[in-house]
Amino acid sequence: MSETFADRHGTYGVMAQFQTPEQLLAAANRAYAAGYRNMDAYTPLPIDGLAEAVGFRRNWVAPIVLFFGLCGAAGGFGLLWWISVIAYPHNVAGRPFNSWPAYIPITFECTVLLAALSAVIGMLALNKLPQPYHPVFNVDSFCKRASIDRFFLCIEASDPKFDVTRTKAFLEQLNPEEVAEVEK
Amino acid sequence: MPSLNTEELEPRVIDPGPDKIIAPGYNNTTVTDKIANVVLNPIETTPKQWWISLLLAFIAMQGLLAGATWLFYKGVGVWGIVIPVAWGFAIVNFVWWIGIGHAGTLISAILLLLKQDWRTSINRFSEAMTLFAVAQAGMFPILHLGRPWLPYWLLPYPNSMWLWPNPRSPLIWDVFAVSTYLTVSLIFWFIGLVPDLATMRDRARKEWQKLTFGALAMGWRGSAKHWARYQMAYLLLGGLATPLVVSVHTVVSFDFAISLLPGWHTTIFPPYFVAGAIYSGFAMVVTLAIPARKWFHLEDIITMRHLDCMGKLMIGTGLIVAYGYMMEAFMSWYSGNPHEMFMYYNRATGPYAFFFWMLILCNIAIPQWLWVTRIRQNITMLFIISLVVNVGMWLERFIIVITSLARDFVPSSWGMYYPTQWDWAVYVGTLGFFLVLMILFVRTLPSISIFEVREVLHHLAPNISDGDNPVPAPVHGD
Repeated sequence: MSETFADRHGTYGVMAQFQTPEQLLAAANRAYAAGYRNMDAYTPLPIDGLAEAVGFRRNWVAPIVLFFGLCGAAGGFGLLWWISVIAYPHNVAGRPFNSWPAYIPITFECTVLLAALSAVIGMLALNKLPQPYHPVFNVDSFCKRASIDRFFLCIEASDPKFDVTRTKAFLEQLNPEEVAEVEK
Repeated sequence: MPSLNTEELEPRVIDPGPDKIIAPGYNNTTVTDKIANVVLNPIETTPKQWWISLLLAFIAMQGLLAGATWLFYKGVGVWGIVIPVAWGFAIVNFVWWIGIGHAGTLISAILLLLKQDWRTSINRFSEAMTLFAVAQAGMFPILHLGRPWLPYWLLPYPNSMWLWPNPRSPLIWDVFAVSTYLTVSLIFWFIGLVPDLATMRDRARKEWQKLTFGALAMGWRGSAKHWARYQMAYLLLGGLATPLVVSVHTVVSFDFAISLLPGWHTTIFPPYFVAGAIYSGFAMVVTLAIPARKWFHLEDIITMRHLDCMGKLMIGTGLIVAYGYMMEAFMSWYSGNPHEMFMYYNRATGPYAFFFWMLILCNIAIPQWLWVTRIRQNITMLFIISLVVNVGMWLERFIIVITSLARDFVPSSWGMYYPTQWDWAVYVGTLGFFLVLMILFVRTLPSISIFEVREVLHHLAPNISDGDNPVPAPVHGD
């Protein structure tokens, strides 16, 4: 369904700002315990356990890298085998066409190349980056401090339990520095 | 009578000594300001030494321009390469530059896996060094091609001649190893930069800076879910780059070891090339980090601890290299093969003996001073030793490439190699190009990983996160 004008103007969620990562982590746990599911936390440095606290369960990066690494290995070896055995069989000093030990270095490099590219591209794709616009940047203090020294928790309007007034009140009692409504 | 001048008004930057990886008193806000301001400060505040170095490096870079132009016009005959020494400066420089890159990957990947906290302040910087060094290295084989407009013939691609490269040749392995290394180094470096680019986007004061950093940051917003995937990807890249870096110089050493030439055909080459690569790379990191931290007053983030650790790693890798030289000598004697025995005798007493003994002096003898803590922790001495090691490692590559080719099996085919001015022009040119890139990098991108320094701060003192209510900071040098 395409986005209409009405969808674009509304509330994305409610955002609370915290001073320390410990406060944010505690708040995220409380919010999850209170039944909120659609939320995200924003920090200027990675915090252990925070992703799990906001309901992040399955990290697909490692399986993707394994898959593409294996593709790289198979593709690299297959290419060399195909070149030397099928496409351009060439007798070099009586060696067998499929002299596989000589293919190992390139097979290894292809494995690493595909695995590394898939790690980066896969991570960016799963994170839906590059993303030129995101509603959280509508909060002034988020733009100024989220990438520097403040820790944010945003409960999103898509959550079934979300209600602007009540969610705001809930976040207020978690000892934030500031609570703000996030426009879409 | 000294009056109050502006220098006295500037905050004093104090190196906290060899025990601390960051000066006390920093929090997330101040450390962000400190590193970001190196980039965001107006152009007038750029230190004078930066401009002078940029100018000198830029002048040196013209050597590459002139050398490459003349080379493309006339052909490889303008170089000193002859038969039998068909691999001259181009291959010496290629191996040297690739090797320098290795320390960057070691710092960013291997020390990441080993959880060395001192890696944090220097990893971005050394990754950039890797990238720029590999870029220099990558030019040499192409310049050396004779027909430098046809490098794509090295790649396996369907062509009208229905010809394919021979995958049993180490020279083709090299193509894959070096191009993979460059690609992986580039993405490792860029992905490491993304959260910091977001910081720069939010700190930037000028509109064009906001736009540039904003586009490069790709909309990074520090979401916890993003961080989880990011850290997994970064860890996996570290795990992939670690065997990669070992493989690259191994493959480079195969270029020599797979051949039958005395002095090249030896199994010690792969480990000894890798150790030598890391040795020269650390020397280059020290050479570059010492001036950079001084120009931009970063002594409290790149501390004596970092320099001390790198000094120690230089001794360690230097000893592996020394062991490699010893084994070369031992094996040439133990083999009982007259050509092998002559090879070592020729290195030590032949026409290039002066460079051989200079190499022993630069790579083995002088760096032993690093055992002495007072010398290792003396900035000037460390800087000088790092330059000596850079020269020594270049001489090592020179000795390996030139002496074995100049005098192989049949005395009637022996010859001598003398580099020409164009060899020197291209070499000095790449040094200039490398330095231009490094000098521009430290001023235009955050050369220290800001978010990783924040992590270090978080581990050191979990409560210091706040710029508004700082925990009382201990006095510098406490």
